[in-house]
Amino acid sequence: MLEIKNLHVKLEEEDKQILKGVDLTVETGKVHAIMGPNGSGKSTLSYVLSGRDGYVVTEGSAELEGKDLLEMETEERASEGLFLAFQYPVEIPGVSNMTFLRTAVNSQRKARGEEEMSAGDFLKLVRERAKSLKIDADMLKRPVNMGFSGGEKKRNEILQMAMLEPKMCILDETDSGLDVDAMKLVAEGVNALRNEGRSFLVITHYQRLLNHIKPDVVHIMADGRIVKTGGPELALEVEENGYADILAEAV
Amino acid sequence: MAALTRKETMAQQRRAQAAERLAAMAVPAVSSWSKAPRDAARARLLDMGLPHRRDEYWKYTDPTSLAQPEPVEAATFDPQETLIFAQHERLHLVFSDGVFDAEASDPLEGEGIEIARLAEAETADIHWAQDLYGTLEARGQQPVNRPLAALNSALAQDGVLIRVTGQVERPVHITYLRRDTASDVILHHVVKVEPGAKITLLENGPAAARLNTCLEVDVADGAAFHHIRAQGRDHERRAACHMFARLGEKSVFKSFTLTVNGVLTRNEAVIEFTGDDAVAHIAGAALGEGDYLHDDTVFITHDAVNCESRQVFKKVLRKGARGVFQGKILVKDGAQKTDGYQLSQALLLDDDAEFDAKPELEIYADDVACSHGSTTGAIDEEALFYLLSRGISKGEAGNLLVLAFLAEAIEEIEDDELASEITERLSGWLSRHSKD
Repeated sequence: MLEIKNLHVKLEEEDKQILKGVDLTVETGKVHAIMGPNGSGKSTLSYVLSGRDGYVVTEGSAELEGKDLLEMETEERASEGLFLAFQYPVEIPGVSNMTFLRTAVNSQRKARGEEEMSAGDFLKLVRERAKSLKIDADMLKRPVNMGFSGGEKKRNEILQMAMLEPKMCILDETDSGLDVDAMKLVAEGVNALRNEGRSFLVITHYQRLLNHIKPDVVHIMADGRIVKTGGPELALEVEENGYADILAEAV
Repeated sequence: MAALTRKETMAQQRRAQAAERLAAMAVPAVSSWSKAPRDAARARLLDMGLPHRRDEYWKYTDPTSLAQPEPVEAATFDPQETLIFAQHERLHLVFSDGVFDAEASDPLEGEGIEIARLAEAETADIHWAQDLYGTLEARGQQPVNRPLAALNSALAQDGVLIRVTGQVERPVHITYLRRDTASDVILHHVVKVEPGAKITLLENGPAAARLNTCLEVDVADGAAFHHIRAQGRDHERRAACHMFARLGEKSVFKSFTLTVNGVLTRNEAVIEFTGDDAVAHIAGAALGEGDYLHDDTVFITHDAVNCESRQVFKKVLRKGARGVFQGKILVKDGAQKTDGYQLSQALLLDDDAEFDAKPELEIYADDVACSHGSTTGAIDEEALFYLLSRGISKGEAGNLLVLAFLAEAIEEIEDDELASEITERLSGWLSRHSKD
């Protein structure tokens, strides 16, 4: 599904290398987790994959189902099936959540040469999917993320994911700022979307999210590289001993 | 004889220009109640002279084309869409190049209102409007001169006089059509909202190649006046629109203006609180590109206790378009518990656009809350990336963010249906203009 090879990235504004040769392959239908200390480059990886300005790829490649991601505009990547759940979802006044969702769904359909979804079909679908995420009608009517609590914002990210039905989902620190109940609700939402055709890359600082979203593979990232890869037990090891041991071992 | 000083020479010149301007237009032959206020306005104008770039409040907007005797020609424009507000149950009046179109208009009658054309009312010896016509305009000449408004009171060709006695649900809607490339139109409306009464006034359309309007609104105790205006989309039209309002105790005044296109628009609003516990909200959303100048000049005088004024002005500018905001809140001695808020913001979509803002607060009372904020910025990159990452195209994402920027001004419209109609018009304009 996602194949990253020797990816080197630096900041556009200053000559600072953030990613220093990331190699990562996420197979179709699998859930991979990336853990790592602050400043290891986890969020940068998610931004570069989704095409955010401000980064320069100096070496390496990233492909989604064999297509060169790095050549595409942000919106094209989305239409090709890439989705990033933001660590800090953005508030947009004056645009209702509903309008936003429908514009997104139909923009992607249009880009893929599919027919746009009718207002009626869309409404039915969004209500059904919102309900399972405990997102009420009022939240759908309100401007995007305006006045939403931390938990509501993250659930709203998952609702977007559910509506857009991407192939490759990147969750950037989705657990940050959530209490246990809110995290469970978000994790349930994610788990409901797991299937054979869909892959996930779960970026997290802590192991606790992985209790709820069980990964197939865990990677440890440090100083711009994947330094260790293993099974779910690797996350437990981090939880118990911290990153220091693993990092020492990797060097 | 002593030589004239430079200042005296200039004043003389201006008076001569004002006389020339007055002479260029036919003076309505009036011998009734309005003769006195028209003559007084004429004298005011001759005394102050026409506006000039050197005047403090014309520093950012060149008044030449508004002041000169002949209008600049303006090509007509077919917006190719149905007229705004047409879906609403309303009392509809139509002016075409300033000429009242009786056939296209509804009968001048309605429950809870008396309504008449200025040109017709002036044939009567006395009329309720005689105490108001030119009166609020004259009050509004201090401390800042507004010569084009005096010109209006002196020369107005027609207009509508509305006296509201009840809680009127059906809005009065004035549509201003335009077919003439050189029409030079002066309209003067007077609205008197009696105690406890309520009315909504809707206005739309380009009206003329050069338009000068004056709207005097007297809102009595406990009365409410709502006003929504969509100025015409003709690219080359010019307009100087004045609004003078006097607010009684516990009265409400709310006005919103949408402006897309138009080469020059100067919207002046002069609002005076004379009774306690009253509320005035004035808002505007302006979008323009290229040869476009949009100027909001507002003066709010708090001369009563516990009144709330709120100004929310937003402008979206690109390709050389310019925006001007001059907003002043004057809180007089004794106007305690005043709540004054003023916001002026511009979204510049490229480096060629320009926004000049001059917020002013002048406060002589010690127990007031007044604030102002003025910002000029570009599209929020963070928000743009968020929308793009959902697969929304750059053009559409930009449009959504423009709507997001304008939302605060549009929210000032109380009626949801009218607000969404304004939003629809904006979306339409944006999608037509985002292809390039």
